[in-house]
Amino acid sequence: MSDMQAILIRGGRVIDPYRQIDSHDEDVWVVEGRVAKAPPTGADVMEVDARGLWVLPRLIDMHVHFRDPGQTWKETIETGSRAAAHGGIGAVATMPNTVPVTDTPELVEWVKNRGEAVGLVRIFPIGAVTVGSQGEELADLFRLKQAGARAFSDDGLPVASSRMMRAALTYSRDLERVIINHAEDRSLTDGASVHEGLAAHRLGLPAAPETAEAMMVWRDVLLAGLTGGWLHLAHVSARESLEALSYARQHQYRVTAEAAPHHLLLNDEALLRWQYDSVTKVNPPLRPESSRQALLKALKQGLVNVVASDHAPHHLDEKALPYVQAPFGISGLETILSALITALIEPGLMTALDAWALMTTGPDQVLGLHSQGLAEGEPADLTLINPTRKWQVDPAAFYSLGHNTPLAGMKLTGQAVATMVGGRWTMREGEVAYAGLSEIS
Amino acid sequence: MPSAWRKKESAINNLLGLEGVDRLFLESLLEEAAGMKRDIVGKSRKKSTALKGRAFVNLFFEPSTRTRTSFELAGKYLGADVVNVQGKGSSVEKGETVYDTALNIQAMQVDGLVVRHPASGVPAQLQAYLDIPVINGGDGFHEHPTQGLLDLFTVWEARQSLRDCHLVIVGDILHSRVARSDLWGFLAMGAHVTLVAPAIWLPTEIRETGLEMTSNLDNVLAAADVVQVLRIQKERRSMRGMPSVEEYRARWGITEERAQRLKQDALILHPGPQNRGVEIDSAVMAQKASKIWDQVENGVAVRMAVLRQLMGGSHE
Repeated sequence: MSDMQAILIRGGRVIDPYRQIDSHDEDVWVVEGRVAKAPPTGADVMEVDARGLWVLPRLIDMHVHFRDPGQTWKETIETGSRAAAHGGIGAVATMPNTVPVTDTPELVEWVKNRGEAVGLVRIFPIGAVTVGSQGEELADLFRLKQAGARAFSDDGLPVASSRMMRAALTYSRDLERVIINHAEDRSLTDGASVHEGLAAHRLGLPAAPETAEAMMVWRDVLLAGLTGGWLHLAHVSARESLEALSYARQHQYRVTAEAAPHHLLLNDEALLRWQYDSVTKVNPPLRPESSRQALLKALKQGLVNVVASDHAPHHLDEKALPYVQAPFGISGLETILSALITALIEPGLMTALDAWALMTTGPDQVLGLHSQGLAEGEPADLTLINPTRKWQVDPAAFYSLGHNTPLAGMKLTGQAVATMVGGRWTMREGEVAYAGLSEIS
Repeated sequence: MPSAWRKKESAINNLLGLEGVDRLFLESLLEEAAGMKRDIVGKSRKKSTALKGRAFVNLFFEPSTRTRTSFELAGKYLGADVVNVQGKGSSVEKGETVYDTALNIQAMQVDGLVVRHPASGVPAQLQAYLDIPVINGGDGFHEHPTQGLLDLFTVWEARQSLRDCHLVIVGDILHSRVARSDLWGFLAMGAHVTLVAPAIWLPTEIRETGLEMTSNLDNVLAAADVVQVLRIQKERRSMRGMPSVEEYRARWGITEERAQRLKQDALILHPGPQNRGVEIDSAVMAQKASKIWDQVENGVAVRMAVLRQLMGGSHE
C-alpha cells in the first residue's frame, strides 16, 4: 500500500454556513476523502495555496434537468455532471421530466447509479409526483423514496389538480420528503411565450401575466396549511408569490422557495436586447424590474432560502426555432455561482455567509441531507472560488451540451477555480476531470 | 452566443419593421412611391427596367391576397422576376426549417426575400442568416411594415401632410401587426395616434408621446382625422375576451351612424380583408371618405418603392 495522502488547503477564507463560520484562519485538511482535523503522522501532504480564494462546503444546485434518459442530444448525466463540476457545483438534484418520466424506483436507481458511475457530482434524483407527470395518478412515492428519491416534482408541468396536490402534500408529511411544485395556471398561460409587459407588447409576442404563477403558489401555500405537508416552490419570480410565501411563514407552514439566477440578474428588457433570439425564453419568464427587486429583497430577508439554476439545456436547432415555437429554458449550471456573487454579494446586498447559505444549508434543508459542512469527518466536498475574477460568459466554453443562455456576453464577477467531491478534484482551473473516477466515497 | 445568432455586420438594408425608422427614410419612400404611382402604376403600359435582371421570392407561410399579389405586381412592373413559394406544398411540409428553406432560396442567387410568417420575429431571425435583403411581409402580431407604409402614403396623398394628423386605430390592437406598424410609422411622421379596443386587447405597456389608448370609440370619433379599422381576426386567438360579434359591432364597429359623426374630411381606412357588417358596414365602405381601394392601389406603389430601394443598387 502506498503512503497515505493528505491535502491541506491553506490560507483561504473559509465560508461555511453550516457552522456559521467566515474565517481567514482555518486550514482545511482532507484525508481519505473526508475533512480531517490533522493529517496522520507520516502522511504525504499536498498543500494547496488558497490565499485570495474562498473555500466553501459543497455547493448544491437543487434544480437541474439532465435530460437523461431520453433526450440525450440536449444533455446527458455525464455532460451535465461535467457542467456541474465546471461550475463549481458538488451536488445536484435532477428533475424527473426525462423520457420516460422518472416515476419508477428502477429509473430513480438508474439515475443515481449513472451519476455515481460518472463520479463528478453527487446526484440526488427527484421522483415524479404523478405517473408520467400526467397529473392523474399519484406515483409510488414510498417506493421512489426507498429507491433514493430526495424529493418529488412534476416540474416542467404544474400539479394542476388541487385534489392531487393535496394528496401529494399529505404524503410528503408522512414520507418526510418535500413536494416541489412548478406553479403555473396553464389556463392563463396557454400559448404564452413571455411575460406580459413592455417587451411582449413591442415585439408582438404572446404573453401571460405573473398572476398565472402567483395564483398557484397561493393555492399550494393554502394546501400546505391544510395538510401540514412539506412544500417547496420552484423558481419563484412573481411579486404575489412572495406575498404567499410571507403568509406561509407567518402561519408557520412548512414552505420553502427557490429563486433562479436569471431572475436575479435580468428583467424583461433583456428581450429588447436579444429581440427574437429564444435564449431569453424561459418559464417562468423574465419579469419586470419591480419583480426582480422584490425577489432580491425576499432573498435578503431570508424569505427565499435557495438559489437554484433550473439548468435547462436545449439543442441549438431547437432554440433556433421561431420564438413562439422554441422550447423554454436556460443552461445555467456554469454561471450560477458567478451569478450569485454578481447579484447578491458584490453589490453588498447580502453577506457572503448569508448568500452562500442559499446553495448550501438552504437546499440541504429542503432535501433533508443533514450534512455538517466542512466539519471533521464529513465527506470532503468543497469548492474554491476566486471571488474577484471578472469574466465574460461564453457559452462555447461550456461543458454542458446546452449553450442557451441570455447571460452570454455578460461580465460576471467570481469564478470557481477548483471543485472537490469526496476528496477528489473534479475540476481545477476550469479543466474538468475525466468522467469515470469510480464511486464517490 | 451560438454563432448562428451573431448579428452579421452588413451594409444590406432590410425592412423588418417601422419601429425605430427615421422620418427622412419614410419621406424618401413616400416620395418615391408617389413617383411610381404617377409614372408607372397609373400608366396603361407599365414599363420600367429599374429591377431588370433582378429576381426575388415571396416566401409566404400564411394566406395572403393583397400583400403577395401586390409584391408580385410591384416586382413585375419594375422588370424583376418574381417567384412565389408557399409554406403549403413546399419542403416545409417535409419538416424543413424556415431557415433552411430561406438558405436554399438564397443559394439560387435571388436578390431578395419577402417573408410572411405566423410567428413574430421570423423575418428578423432569417435576416441574421442571409446575405440578401429581407422584407417583412407580416410576422405574427409584430409588424407589417409595407402595410404601414401604404397607410402612411394614402393619408399623405390625401392630406399632403402627416404632421399633427390624428389617427384612430380601432380593433384587436394587441394581436395586430398592422396596428404596430401604423403606430410607429405615424408617430415617426409627427402624427397623434389613439388606439381603441376592448380593454383586453390594448397593449397598455407601450407608452409614447403622442400615443393614447381608450376603449371608448364614441369619445374619440369627432376628433379623428383618419380611422383605421382593423379586421377582427377570428383565426388568431383574438376572439378571447370578446363576448360576441354583436357586441363588437355595437361598441366598436364603424357603422353608418358612427361614420356620420366623423369630421367632414376624415378618412376611413381598412387593411382588408373586411368582415362586412362586423367591424365596418358595407355602406361605409362605399362612402367617399373610405380610401380602401386607394390603399390597395397604393400598396403596389409603396412596395415598388421598397423593392427599388432595397434591390435597385448597381449590378455586379
